[in-house]
Amino acid sequence: MSSPDSGPLLAVDGLNKRFPIGGGLFRKPTDFIHAVDDVSFRMSAGESLGLVGESGCGKTTVGKLLVKLLEPTDGSITYRFATPAMDPHLAGPVETSNIRSRQLGAFRRQVQMIFQDPYESMNPRRTVYDTIAEPLVVQGIGHVQERLDRVSEILDLVGLTPAGTFLFRRPHELSGGQRQRVAIARALVIGPSFVVADEPTSMLDVSSRTAIMLLMQELAERLGIAYLYITHDLAVARYMCHRIAVMYLGKIVELADTEELLRNPLHPYTRALLSAVPSPDPTRRREPPDILGDLSLPVNPPQRCRFYDRCPLATDLCRREPHPPPEEKAPGHWVACHLA
Amino acid sequence: MTMTTADNQPLLKVVDLSLSYLTRQGPVPAVQSVSFELGRGQSLGLVGESGCGKTSVANCLMRLLPDNGRLTSGQVLLEGQDLLPMSEEEIRRFRWRRMAMVFQAAMNALDPVYRVGQQVVEAIEAHGIEETTAQARQRVARLFRMVGLDPQLMDRYPHEFSGGMRQRAVIAMALACDPAVIISDEPTTALDVIVQDRILRELKGVQRELSMGMIYITHDIGAVAEVTDRVGVMYAGRLVELGDTVDVLHAPMHPYTAALMSSFPSISGEKKALGTLPGEPPNLVNLPTGCPFHPRCAHATEECRREFPPQAQRGSQWAACWHPLNGAQESEQS
Amino acid sequence: MGEGTSLFEDAPEIDLSRGRLDLALVRLRMAWRTLRDGWAVFVESRIGVLSLAIIAIFALMAFSHPILMATVWTPDVYDPVTGYAFDRFEHPSPPDWRHPLGTDSLGRDILSQLLFSTKSEFILGITAALVTVGIATTVGAVAAYYGGLVDSLLMRLADLIIALPGISLLIVLSALFNLNLFYLALIIGVLGGFGGTAIILKSQALSIRVKPYIEAARAAGGGHFHVIFVHIIPNLLPLSLLYMMFTVTGAIFAEAVLSFLGLLDIRMSWGIMIHTANTGGYLLAGANYWWLIVPAGASITLLCSAFYLVGRALDEVVNPRLRRHDR
Repeated sequence: MSSPDSGPLLAVDGLNKRFPIGGGLFRKPTDFIHAVDDVSFRMSAGESLGLVGESGCGKTTVGKLLVKLLEPTDGSITYRFATPAMDPHLAGPVETSNIRSRQLGAFRRQVQMIFQDPYESMNPRRTVYDTIAEPLVVQGIGHVQERLDRVSEILDLVGLTPAGTFLFRRPHELSGGQRQRVAIARALVIGPSFVVADEPTSMLDVSSRTAIMLLMQELAERLGIAYLYITHDLAVARYMCHRIAVMYLGKIVELADTEELLRNPLHPYTRALLSAVPSPDPTRRREPPDILGDLSLPVNPPQRCRFYDRCPLATDLCRREPHPPPEEKAPGHWVACHLA
Repeated sequence: MTMTTADNQPLLKVVDLSLSYLTRQGPVPAVQSVSFELGRGQSLGLVGESGCGKTSVANCLMRLLPDNGRLTSGQVLLEGQDLLPMSEEEIRRFRWRRMAMVFQAAMNALDPVYRVGQQVVEAIEAHGIEETTAQARQRVARLFRMVGLDPQLMDRYPHEFSGGMRQRAVIAMALACDPAVIISDEPTTALDVIVQDRILRELKGVQRELSMGMIYITHDIGAVAEVTDRVGVMYAGRLVELGDTVDVLHAPMHPYTAALMSSFPSISGEKKALGTLPGEPPNLVNLPTGCPFHPRCAHATEECRREFPPQAQRGSQWAACWHPLNGAQESEQS
Repeated sequence: MGEGTSLFEDAPEIDLSRGRLDLALVRLRMAWRTLRDGWAVFVESRIGVLSLAIIAIFALMAFSHPILMATVWTPDVYDPVTGYAFDRFEHPSPPDWRHPLGTDSLGRDILSQLLFSTKSEFILGITAALVTVGIATTVGAVAAYYGGLVDSLLMRLADLIIALPGISLLIVLSALFNLNLFYLALIIGVLGGFGGTAIILKSQALSIRVKPYIEAARAAGGGHFHVIFVHIIPNLLPLSLLYMMFTVTGAIFAEAVLSFLGLLDIRMSWGIMIHTANTGGYLLAGANYWWLIVPAGASITLLCSAFYLVGRALDEVVNPRLRRHDR
């Protein structure tokens, strides 16, 4: 949510995604899950933003919208890539919903995604080489030898060395951490400038988790890649991201620089999330998080604040007024709450 | 290893437990000479990365082993009675009545075609805990309230429950027969933080209230810190460190424990650089010689490569390490 | 991360410093290894190996017929259709050393007929199976991938074909057209391909479609064609292979029924052999003329069940869950 004049890499404005429930060939669905509801934010080149929330809050949907695996119901996603000389298709602002088939390849070279499940995100019948070279092959980049060299190079980069011993393994011959390295290699092989990482470490063991986190950080910095890091784990986001956006039922409720958000959470939901994280210090007594009830699905949600039903502070105002718009309470610290 | 229980006899005593799985590649030693004690009202955490044998230990205790699992040595003494030589018939009376388990995948532990309450009622009746169905239902209502579920939810089906509610129902089921020991295998792994927090609180509260022994299996240092009194760290099928949770987490003796701790990202306090642990856990089929951790250990020396280390003791805490951290006194034990 | 390398000694190691390497060669080596590993599981099923041996014997029989005709058998006596055993006065005559399985009512050598027909059965079975699986795999993958209207249309078509009684439909078709072996194989193949097999493969394709690697392929820039042919269909192939085996069984059986009813434009087949015995009135004469019925009948039963059982054994290779516990 920085000013648009600075020419952000990515500008998301009023993004909406609704999934119909039921309905059929000849029947219009009447119920919709508002998975993403009026989400706006900016990201600049080389920046990392954490998107944090509980399962079902719409964070993965945002990620898929950004890489154009889904089409938004409403709103716009605009990229401004820094490489117009190389890609005439991508000169000037690129709005994802206007991308035509000829532009799509160029767009895919700039925007990539790393998926959550290292066990399911690789085709079990294809080798490491096939998986990593896939973007090159489908985009018709290079010959066989060039692709081999490029894949070996990127394997070295993600720490799978010597590359020769990994090139022709199948997924079942790799550990979880190694698979996630392959997933990172696949995303980086065509040199994107923006990567969506969807919980890349949530299914890994402690030791490989740290290694993958550090690897991602190092590579993003070295290659100047901006990334959106989707996670349910605030502690992971703290180590991975410059800024953190907290999502609740399709809405971004708070967005701020990482340490500012952790030190000075303004939204009651952020506070509850923070106080629910177990502390590794056994002598520290933690108060139970101040939040009511259970998470629900945003099916045809009412106009009022999304957090109303679970908010410990909710007032009559919160019930009457529509969902509060985000306001900048401190420089770069945005909160969507009537009471903050 | 002193126990701070009133009785002389610990509630659960595991001595030199070893388990192998027979596979095509030969026997795989999943658990190797694991020993520990658990007192009444005490909770013991077992931590380690996947494949370190923590779930296998739980399966040994419950005597729920796959066909190719072979117990090669050891004793599991529950209130002085060894469970391992018992027949399947005898063990069935112990399982659930004296020792119950909360599984990781709550969805699979509940039968989707029966009402949730009914499943608990049946478990109670099967073990003859209550005389009549009405009494059993009352008991289930009490259990539901205990784990923070509305008793009116008894007549719902599992698919009508959220993930957190299912996990609570599974805990209620484990408590149904008033067990002396409850084993929780990663009960909150699939849950969101806020739900996890509530479940952990309830589990801890119930365990305190009923003064049960609890074994809590997890890979999450945070959960260990909040739920357990003592903690055992497992690596490659062995217990490599055991001690009071406060001691182990504040001053780990084993380099592996220290590495686990330092690679745990935390939201509180100053942001410290994350420690990394090179490499990956060893393949159990061909374990390194000596200490299984030596290929990844910064302090490894010749003797680490040669021989499995003896226990280095410090108060009620010990670690199987040749070079324990923080200059601990190296008093060797059997 | 060099750890764990010892586990995977089997993974081919590539020396990149050697310069250009032959990707195709590596792939060939990997395919060979997959085949070898699959074979190792397959041979554990005794019934599968036995069935494969039976199929191999039938294949040998098919090959032996032209050789025998060219060397020891004179065409005017031993031709399966036009031959006549002049050395015997009565037909059908029981087996002896010159006619190991006797002759039929028209004086033709039964063994020659049996061997000659084996080839047709293989051609019929395998053609039908290839057509079925080719169509079913594509239909299943396309229906699952696109969903919506395409899926609805293809699946309603499948329902329609399943609802039609297969054999009766073939009888009507054979009455309307002169069906030879090839057309029969084609019809069986098309019916199978758009029918039940397509539904089964579609349900499998649906479970593949939702895997994250499909999304990963799309994010990489892969088009619909790429996703269907590189990701979905290769993962369907093991199951397809299985249904190929079952289709062979069905096709051979259908041919036998139609030939028995005399509805096919085929010179000779196992079904026609039984048909000939029947029209001569020997089918009900039972044990006295066993050589007219038993060789052809046993061959149909054996080959059909052999293909079916090979399919079942392949099932264990394809679905590791069906395998017994490692011991």
